[in-house]
Formats: sequence, structure tokens, C-alpha cells
Amino acid sequence: MSALSDAAAVERPPAPPRTWSRERTIGVVLLALWAALGLGLLLFLINAWDPDIFSRYAPYYLSGLVVTVTLVGLSIVIGAVLSIPIAYARMSSNRLLSAFAYGYVYFFRGTPLIAQTFLIYYGLGQFREELQAVGLWTFFRDAWYCAVTAFSLNTAAYQAEILRGAIESVPKGQWEGAASLGLSKLQTLRKVILPQALIVALRPYGNEIVLMIKGSAIVAIITVYDLMGETRRAYSRTFDFQTYIWAAIIYLAIVETLRHIVDWIERGLTRHLKR
Amino acid sequence: MDVWTLIGFGPNGWGDEIAQGVIVTVSLALATLPFGLLLGFFVALAKLSPEPPLRLAGNIYTTIFRGLPELLTLFLVYYGVQIGLQTVVQLVSPGAAFEFNSFVAGMIALGVVFSSYASEVFLSAFRAIPSGQYEGGWAIGLTKFQTMRLVVLPQLIRIALPGLGNLWLILLKDTALVSVIGLADILRQAGIAARVSKEAFLFFGIACLLYLALAILSSVAFASIERWAGRSGVMR
Repeated sequence: MSALSDAAAVERPPAPPRTWSRERTIGVVLLALWAALGLGLLLFLINAWDPDIFSRYAPYYLSGLVVTVTLVGLSIVIGAVLSIPIAYARMSSNRLLSAFAYGYVYFFRGTPLIAQTFLIYYGLGQFREELQAVGLWTFFRDAWYCAVTAFSLNTAAYQAEILRGAIESVPKGQWEGAASLGLSKLQTLRKVILPQALIVALRPYGNEIVLMIKGSAIVAIITVYDLMGETRRAYSRTFDFQTYIWAAIIYLAIVETLRHIVDWIERGLTRHLKR
Repeated sequence: MDVWTLIGFGPNGWGDEIAQGVIVTVSLALATLPFGLLLGFFVALAKLSPEPPLRLAGNIYTTIFRGLPELLTLFLVYYGVQIGLQTVVQLVSPGAAFEFNSFVAGMIALGVVFSSYASEVFLSAFRAIPSGQYEGGWAIGLTKFQTMRLVVLPQLIRIALPGLGNLWLILLKDTALVSVIGLADILRQAGIAARVSKEAFLFFGIACLLYLALAILSSVAFASIERWAGRSGVMR
């Protein structure tokens, strides 16, 4: 027995020596380039370090971060609520209803978010008298509310598609099985379909939040002072390039943290599916 | 002034300015595409490599440029390159000013973002090709490069096309951001027209519809490209 395993061990060919192939050289050079870039950035930040500037602008950055997170959180929640009827209409057998939902989704996914934001912020300003008549002018006069409106409508379209895709990914037999057990449509959706659909939807939802965080930078242009807006303000006052570097570091940290949280949740939820 | 004069091509109309904006938008997207595709392909190759350092270098690239907001990437490129080259120009001839072209800045920033997403599309397409295809190529005496060009690439393109189509639509929408650094694209021209004519809803609405039209046109074009690419494909 042991002789056999010994023989097998002896007969295995030796591992090929790890040589300096072209690929390995390129890899090491590129990695060294990244390291040099990172080091250069670090040196730049240390060099440009100014406690005066830091103490003046750090609170602004913090408030900008709060604005960004609030904007994204609010839009995602409002969008999630709006996405339910849209997804329902999109899956409905009523031609008119599904065509309307399709048009809505197509418009908001086919045009740039920045153009939608401009349309609402600048475009609705043109209807000042009409809006004043119905008492909505104070709402649409404010860049913040316009941004929340535009972002909510935009993410509602994306979330409706995520929801629809996830629900349709559950096999039809699940509906039929639940119906044969005597569950109502709503019970089936809540107890059978959604638990399976939401596992599928988790990653797209995570991606949507990341896209919203990245997309939210454009509100800086319509004078909302989010993280990007504060960065632009700090840059226009100091002409110091490190303002942008700090913003990049903060955005990158948020997005990476979020990505890892989604990964972690997904690993936990799909534990029963791993074999 | 009535609507048709405003959007017409006459001296009081904004039709010609906006049409130029459409050309700028489309040419920026088209100019970015080959650069982004090529870069994305090489990043995907790096991420597939058996060598850990090369893989790591590729992953760092994607992590950074997928994590940064596109607008911030644009500013980093625009101001960063401007400041960098300005210092170089000052060293050569003091007093000389340097103006960085916003079209080129947009091309670099959007291309880098596009390539980091494209590399993921290429990566999953590479993984969908069975290793027997490479082995078969080597077995009949093709070199590594020939196997890539003649055996793997034709299949890769077919698998990657739907994903690349989506990225193209995203690229088309992202070009709107370049209006912020002063490129006269659809959105900027519409913004100027809106300010002058005080018809903001009309012109931003037109801008949205133009982007929508470009998206529809692209989907039609992509459907026919996919049909063309799939004509010799086997059903798997």
C-alpha cells in the first residue's frame, strides 16, 4: 500500500521551473508602475499637506458626504417604492399598461441622467406660473428637490427592470405549485416567489446603488453641494489639485465597501445553494 | 416666437447648432470606442494571466476606474493633465500657456472607464470558450498568437457582442458629461439655446429625445451586427 503511493509520488513529473517569462516581466513592471503611482500620490499628498486647508475644508467634505449619502439613500428608497407599480405594469397582460411602463423605462434608461436632471431643474422653471398656481413652485425651485425627483424617477426605471427580471427568473412551476396548494396570488408572491427572486436581484440592486453613488456626482452642476460640489468649491478657492484626489479616495472607499458588503450578504444568502 | 422657428435651421432657429452637437456627441463616442475596446481587451488578457503580478495589476486598474464617478474621472484627467503639461511647458518656455482640448480629455476619461467595464465583458467571454479550442489550435501547429487570432477571437467577439452593445449605450450617455468641461455636444448646445430663448423645457426635452434616438439607432445597428456575427455560429 505504502509502496504504491510512494511509486506514484516518485513518478510525478517535477513542476516546471518558474522562469522570467515575458508575461511575468510585464506583470512585475506594471505592478511596479502602479506602486510608483501610488507612492507618488502619497508623496504629493504629504507634500501638499496643509493643516490650515485641512481644518477649513474637512467639515465641508463631511457635509458633502452626508448630502451624497442622503440623496442616494432617499432616491433609492423612493425609486424602490415607485418601481413596484412600474414592474407590475410592465408584466401586466394589459397592452396599454405594459406599453406605458415600457415607454417610461425606455425613456429613463435611454437618456443621460444629467439631461434628465437638467430637464427637471431648468426645464420646469419655465412653467413657473403654472407651478405656482398648483403650489408646487417652492418644491421645484429648489435644486435639491429637483435632484431627488430626477434621481428617484431614474432609479425607479432601473429598479423596475431588476425586479421584473428577478421575478421572471423564478420558474413558472413555482407559481403553479403554490396555486395548487391553495395560496392566493399575493401569498404566493410574498412567501414563494420573492424570497427566491430577491436572491437573484441582490447583486443588480447592489450595482444600482453603486451606479447611483457615482451618478450623484452630477448634482454638483445644478448647485447642490454634495461631495463633488464641495470638491469643486474647494478647488475653485485653493486651485489645489489634492482636493480632487481626496474626493477620489472617498468615492473609491465608499464604492469598494459597498461592493464587499453586497458580496458578504450574497455569500450568506446563497449558502444553501452551494454544493 | 413659435416652436418651429426655434428648432428650425433658420437664423433664429437652433436646429443647426444642435445638429452640430449631435455630430460632436457621436464622434466623441466613436473616437472613444476603438481605444476603449483595445485597452479593455488587454486588461482582460492581463486578468486571465497565470502570473499573479499581472493579474493584480489588471484588477487594480478595474477597481479604480469602475469605482470612481465618471464625472470625477473626467475632472481628474482634464485638470490633472492640464496642470501636469502646464508645468512641463513652463519648464521649456516660461510664460507659454497650455490649453488642454476638452474633446481629448473626454476621450481619455471615457475610454478608460469604458475599458475597465469592457475588460469584465471580455473576461467572461474568455471564460465561456472551452480550453479545448486553444488545445486544438496548438495541436494543429498554430502559434499562440495565431490561435488567438484565428480560433479564439472570432468566437470571443460573438459572445461579447451583447455586453459590448450595452457598454456602447452607456458610453453614448456618458458623453453628455463632457459638456461640463465645455465641449459643444448636444447637451451644451441645448443648454445655450435654452438660456437664450428661455424655452428650457423644449430644448432639454429635444436633447433627451436626441439621445433616445441615438440609443434606438444603436440598438438597431447592434441587432444587425449580432445577426452578422452569429451567421456562422453553431448553436450551443
